Amino acid sequence: MNPEQKPPLVLRIQDLLVHYDTGPAPVVAVNRISFDVHRGEILGLVGESGCGKSTTAMAILRLLQPPGRVVGGRVLLDDTDVLKLGPAALRAFRWRRVALIPQGAMNALNPVMRIRRQLADAIAAHANANGRAALRARIGELMDLVGLPERVGDLFPHELSGGMKQRVCIAMAVALNPPLVIADEPTSALDVVVQRLVAMNLLNIKNTLGNAMILIGHDMGLMAQLTDRVAVMYAGAMVEIAPTRAIFGRPMHPYTQQLIESVPSIKVKKALRVFPGGPPDLRNLPPGCPFAPRCGCIGPQCEKKIPPLRECAPNHWMACHRHDE
Amino acid sequence: MNANNTTAIFARQRLAWANAKLVAGMAIILAVVLFGLLGRVFWDVTQARVASCPLNLPPVGFNPPGPGFQPYQTAHPLGTESSGRDMLALLITGTPNSMLVGLIAAAIGMVMGVLLGMTAGFLGGWVDAVIRICSDAFITIPSLAVLIVISSYVSEIDIKSMGLLLALFAWPGTTRVIRAQVLSLRERGYVQMARLSGASSFEIMFFELLPNLLPYIAASFTAGVSGNILAATGLEALGLGPSRVPTLGMTIFYAIRGAAILRGMWWWWGLPILMLMLIFTGLFLIAIGLDELVNPRLRRAGGGQ
Amino acid sequence: MRGISKAYLIQRFGMFVITVWLGLTLMFIIPRLAPGDPVAAMVSRLAAQAGRVEQSDQIIAAWRERFGLDAPLPVQYLRYLHNSFRFRLGYSMAYFPTTVEEMILRAMPWTFGLLTLATLISFTTGIAIGALLGWRPTPRLLRMTLPLTMCFTAIPAFMLGILLTYVFAFGLRLFPFAGAYARGLAPELSWEFAASVIHHGALPACAVVLTSMGHWALGMRAMMIGNAGEDYMILAEAKGLRPARIFWLYGVRNAILPQVTSLALSIGAIAGGSIIVEYIFTYPGMGYLLYQGIVNNDYPLIQGIVFVLICGVAVAVFVIDLIYPLIDPRIRYERQ
Ligand SMILES: Nc1ncnc2c1ncn2[C@@H]1O[C@H](COP(=O)(O)OP(=O)(O)OP(=O)(O)O)[C@@H](O)[C@H]1O
Ligand SMILES: [Mg+2]
Repeated sequence: MNPEQKPPLVLRIQDLLVHYDTGPAPVVAVNRISFDVHRGEILGLVGESGCGKSTTAMAILRLLQPPGRVVGGRVLLDDTDVLKLGPAALRAFRWRRVALIPQGAMNALNPVMRIRRQLADAIAAHANANGRAALRARIGELMDLVGLPERVGDLFPHELSGGMKQRVCIAMAVALNPPLVIADEPTSALDVVVQRLVAMNLLNIKNTLGNAMILIGHDMGLMAQLTDRVAVMYAGAMVEIAPTRAIFGRPMHPYTQQLIESVPSIKVKKALRVFPGGPPDLRNLPPGCPFAPRCGCIGPQCEKKIPPLRECAPNHWMACHRHDE
Repeated sequence: MNANNTTAIFARQRLAWANAKLVAGMAIILAVVLFGLLGRVFWDVTQARVASCPLNLPPVGFNPPGPGFQPYQTAHPLGTESSGRDMLALLITGTPNSMLVGLIAAAIGMVMGVLLGMTAGFLGGWVDAVIRICSDAFITIPSLAVLIVISSYVSEIDIKSMGLLLALFAWPGTTRVIRAQVLSLRERGYVQMARLSGASSFEIMFFELLPNLLPYIAASFTAGVSGNILAATGLEALGLGPSRVPTLGMTIFYAIRGAAILRGMWWWWGLPILMLMLIFTGLFLIAIGLDELVNPRLRRAGGGQ
Repeated sequence: MRGISKAYLIQRFGMFVITVWLGLTLMFIIPRLAPGDPVAAMVSRLAAQAGRVEQSDQIIAAWRERFGLDAPLPVQYLRYLHNSFRFRLGYSMAYFPTTVEEMILRAMPWTFGLLTLATLISFTTGIAIGALLGWRPTPRLLRMTLPLTMCFTAIPAFMLGILLTYVFAFGLRLFPFAGAYARGLAPELSWEFAASVIHHGALPACAVVLTSMGHWALGMRAMMIGNAGEDYMILAEAKGLRPARIFWLYGVRNAILPQVTSLALSIGAIAGGSIIVEYIFTYPGMGYLLYQGIVNNDYPLIQGIVFVLICGVAVAVFVIDLIYPLIDPRIRYERQ
């Protein structure tokens, strides 16, 4: 594939830098990452807990909770510079252009409002009021899309199961058919059967509506099935981005390799490998490659210089000093 | 797990020193206590007795409020009241008494509350139901009203019995808080973890749960002291307090009965009220400070204050 | 629509009955625990005064009947419960032959009015202040000034009452010292009377409102701050809703629930505190009546007032319990 054949760009992130200002030194939760999302594509964002996936997602929506703040970089959605929007423009931008399926959708619904009203809320805030009946019909459609019976609209969140709540969140996210949906671990709190159901739901929706999606998660198996490309983060930095097939077929970064190796498999019984050590302190990052302390094959450069993200194979971007050697 | 808990608590305690409200509150309370303890060394407190001084003197530096009054005397820097008691001596002797009543009642209430709350939360079942219903009913009943009934039958009461009397209604608040916390700790799996490692119920209660409850116990104890001093002052203001020893509340009662407001003798009621306000403000600051320790989110997002 | 579940209703009503019963029982036991049997002492004291007090035989008879002093204790107890249930509280000793219920009925509207109004004002303003303080987008200026409204929070209501009387009634002479309406007036429906009632009620109401407002504000602030981190608040923002909508429907609407619970829990304390406020302001409500009872050793009156206070508070709590499921759907259950 060469660049001409790629579908148009939806989201471009350049050098995004996010700090949590706590204590004397800030926590560098997202460390100058850049990536693109194209129309109709599902981009998987993986990495171990605490590597900054949710922070990235929240930064795109400008929903970082204090003490978090974007220190540098740009977020371009179509041609909007998201970080420069004023309050009113930001409100209009949210949900219309990017919708969110939050991490822990279990508590994402207002406990004192009926489901129908919460869906209507999202629609009415953006679309011009086109009558109660139309709104009702639209909500019916949405419920249908995620496979929920319409009467669920009359219930309160506590009357729903986890999977149902998750699907309500999905319905809500696509209510305005936004070009980009960010799903933050949409399946991690569910049992395996419901996980598959929700995952299929997401895939169906993407196929019918054609929006782009950023899918955050740990479940490599799910990633392999759903995503078109996968981005791997480590300690706030982007270490590898490549088409899903390439990532799983020929992972290049040592971290990605460990990540994929550690997926348990029934066919090949291998000893469970546990990552030695933990991620570095984000307040006090080492001068070189953040993965160096845990890496099996460090060279002279690794502990001195941060490796840049380079295109090592067509469309396969990776940040490691040792690749060329 | 246990090691983690204790480190978390130590981390919190270190935070205590950074918490300005807590420190300010403690400083106020310490100052009030020292005033009560050291005051009697430097001042002749026998002047707190009736008819030991000239009547109705205003504090030093203030003009008499009306024609019937004499000018101030330096021998009585805070003035005297209508039955010839020296205000400074009254404050020095009355303040510790008022605080003692609150402390006695709050201490008893705390012990009862912690025991009942832990028992209820830990045992569950019908024991929990009985304790919960009783504490809810006791919270609903206007305790001051019942205390008034009781005191009206007792002709003379001393500091200790007054503390005991107040303790009757001092436990339900703590019981509620502790019970809720024990339940939430249970939900978080502390108890099961300890059970699995073979600890007895007693050990779990005192070595696993109690350390985690300390901040809540401290907070509700502080609230208890303040609430009980308030109740005691209320009873005293109605004339139902001890009449043999001076307390701040009884001083206010005598002032009201002596029409101090109408006669412009503001120092008679104003000084004990000022002292009580210091005590309440100090305890209040401690309570908010502890609250913020228990619930760190309050600190960060507070902004305004 | 779904209603309140029957189980919830029964449970809350049970709580109401238990509270009243517990209060009654306490008041039955207390006089009998007091050294030297005060009931008997009271009767004999009356008997000694028989020469002076007219109809004292009747008082003694009524008093004996109420407590059934000759009957065995369980019978006394049942009789006492029965009489209380029929709201027969006996004769006042100081104002015979006025019955206690007559005196209480005369005082009750004042207390009820003052207390309800003051509590409502203090609750709503406290909630509003706390909500604004706990809301991140609140302007800086408001954040700096609103905490000033809380400076009386740590002070007991009656002490502020004394201060207010001194400053506004004695010093500035803007408000009257005592009473519920001007002396020359009689209760009637007129502007003049209403204005006088407001004029007299302002200071006591202020004393209660200013001292209790801060507690609601602090509780509400804590809940709002806690809520701000909840996923549904973040999602509401992500949905691009208007800030006012997020504030009311997502923030305040959720944060107020625990405040309503704590309102129910503190009504008893509020009622207790207002007794002394009434006494400070010589406001002709039940609190002042109670003080007169104390001064006159009028035990039937004291007991009667406290009984009515307990009932009143229990009723208020029950009413809040009934309202609560309407604002918190998690308490509601399917009817069938
Ligand atoms: N409010 C905060 N204050 C300080 N540091 C924070 C805060 N929120 C997050 N962090 C830090 O930022 C880093 C990234 O957090 P983030 O929530 O983005 O991780 P994540 O990749 O989504 O993890 P998970 O898979 O567990 O959801 C973490 O190391 C965390 O310690
Ligand atoms: Mg996350």
